[in-house]
Amino acid sequence: MGLESALGEGYLTTKLDALVGWARKNSLWPMPMGLSCCAIELMSAGDPRHDISRYGMEVMRFSPRQSDVMIVAGTVTYKMAHVVRKIYDQMAEPRWVIAMGACASSGGMFRSYSVVQGIDQFLPVDVFTAGCPPRPENLFNALIELQKKVEKSSVLDYRDRKEPIIIS
Amino acid sequence: MSEHTKTADDFFDTPLPTTNLPPKEQRSQLLQALLDMDPDISFDDPLENDMVLNMGPSHPATHGVLRILLRLDGETIVSAMPELGYLHRGYEKIAENETYHEFITHTDRLDYLQPLHNNVAYILAVEKLLGIEAPVRAQYIRTMLSELARISSHLVGFGVMAMDVGAMTLLLWCFREREKIHDIFDLVVGARFTTSFTRIGGIAQDITDEGLAAIRAFIDQFPERQQEGERLLNRNRIFFDRCRNTGVISAEDALAIGLTGPNLRGSGVAMDLRRDNPYMIYDQLDFDVITETEGDSLARYYVRLAEMKESVKIIYQCLDKLPQGAVHAREPKKVLPRKERIYTRMEELIHDFMIVNFGVNPPEGEVYHAVESAKGQLGFHIVSRGEGHPWRLKIRSPSFCNLQALPQMLKGHLLSDILAVLGSLDPVMGEADK
Ligand code: SF4
Repeated sequence: MGLESALGEGYLTTKLDALVGWARKNSLWPMPMGLSCCAIELMSAGDPRHDISRYGMEVMRFSPRQSDVMIVAGTVTYKMAHVVRKIYDQMAEPRWVIAMGACASSGGMFRSYSVVQGIDQFLPVDVFTAGCPPRPENLFNALIELQKKVEKSSVLDYRDRKEPIIIS
Repeated sequence: MSEHTKTADDFFDTPLPTTNLPPKEQRSQLLQALLDMDPDISFDDPLENDMVLNMGPSHPATHGVLRILLRLDGETIVSAMPELGYLHRGYEKIAENETYHEFITHTDRLDYLQPLHNNVAYILAVEKLLGIEAPVRAQYIRTMLSELARISSHLVGFGVMAMDVGAMTLLLWCFREREKIHDIFDLVVGARFTTSFTRIGGIAQDITDEGLAAIRAFIDQFPERQQEGERLLNRNRIFFDRCRNTGVISAEDALAIGLTGPNLRGSGVAMDLRRDNPYMIYDQLDFDVITETEGDSLARYYVRLAEMKESVKIIYQCLDKLPQGAVHAREPKKVLPRKERIYTRMEELIHDFMIVNFGVNPPEGEVYHAVESAKGQLGFHIVSRGEGHPWRLKIRSPSFCNLQALPQMLKGHLLSDILAVLGSLDPVMGEADK
């Protein structure tokens, strides 16, 4: 390669996108938006058995300013939807959203007057996770898929505006 | 725009409702300014007014989505008001549109720290309505598993309370134990978390020897693990000082508010439905009702710890006494037939079709049945009009009633005491909001 031979040994060149993508993907800090039952499985994901820190994601930040990925775990009611949206708006870009469980993805088993039928009605979602609740393994699957997506995303336009990932 | 559409200006022009306001002389400066819509008032003394602080609904220590509005004087809480409803999913309405069997899955998500207990509570109410009873073996298995669920719920209460006051390790240890219980449920029930295990007149499937061995292995090692955890907290000065004398409630007040479960027993009232109004097989079991007299956070914590030990005792007895026999009542028109039989026999096929499509059609009437869940008295009130689905189903959820004590418990304490008090109340919002 032209540039490497000109610089000599000891240099590594890469695309800025690849470098930033690599760095971002390995330090995704979740904002656990634990709302109901799925939040308990989200807590289980952090327990000694499943150990979410293997993926560098154990830094659960309850402050939206410090987090990169919001994991919406649970049933979102209309009353809560405003709060969820507000917290999302407070997060610094780049930011991603995982819809954990059937409720967050589609309203799940609650076809009722008070439940939002899927958070994609008011949030841009990157990964949908199936299960009621998803086992922690499935949540990790979602996080790994998100990592792949983050790695590929561009610095200038981080949000891949194509189809979200659906994990079933 | 049509003339009926209201704009923001219309709302500003509407005078504020003036009922329930204090007379003009007694109004605070701030209130008067609000009423006059005066945007440029200034205060000579900014501390003249109490501070109003909002806690939640997204806060790590509110156990889900509870919002508490606090009025503070400095750091002291003048008054506190919990606001519920952020997880209101409309269970009672959903129940009216589902058959009795279908609603079992919804009960899992009520108190999601102990799904099996809700299954049992609901199904006992339905069975009472139908006038049938599950066979003894099924009762034993239900008892055993609901005590396991009680342990798993108390483990979270225990761990989360410790985390709220600053001891993170214990939460991880408690979740380690909970994982073992989840494994047992995985084996016995088929799902690790949302169990939906009970059926009208029995349980989904019989327990295997492997399952029994797993339960025994778990309770053999559990007391020692619990000891380990207790040793971290029970002699811990910081934990002690934060929990002692916070959130005190007297026995009379607790009864008046309607506290139940460990929260009531922490105030010295020995009320436990398992003993006072025995259901299933609790009258044949030997266990103690734990009480503490102080009524503070620490007392409630001790009650939970001791209850886990009692649960272990109960599970041992169930394992030893577990009888052989069927796990389904002989009521072909009410109890779902086994799958193998549906495929091979006409009679069962017809019953299955009728039960699944039209429900079990209990006689007209009302029942109320409550059980002692880990959070308190969990009751279901069902009104039937002889159809396949309830006409009305009311859930008496313990967390909802327990939360009513919060304003009284918090009054006069410091802001940071909220965590200890809330942790010791151990509410679950799925159940409180329904
Ligand atoms: S998907 Fe299932 S487990 Fe998750 S919040 Fe909804 S009902 Fe609860």
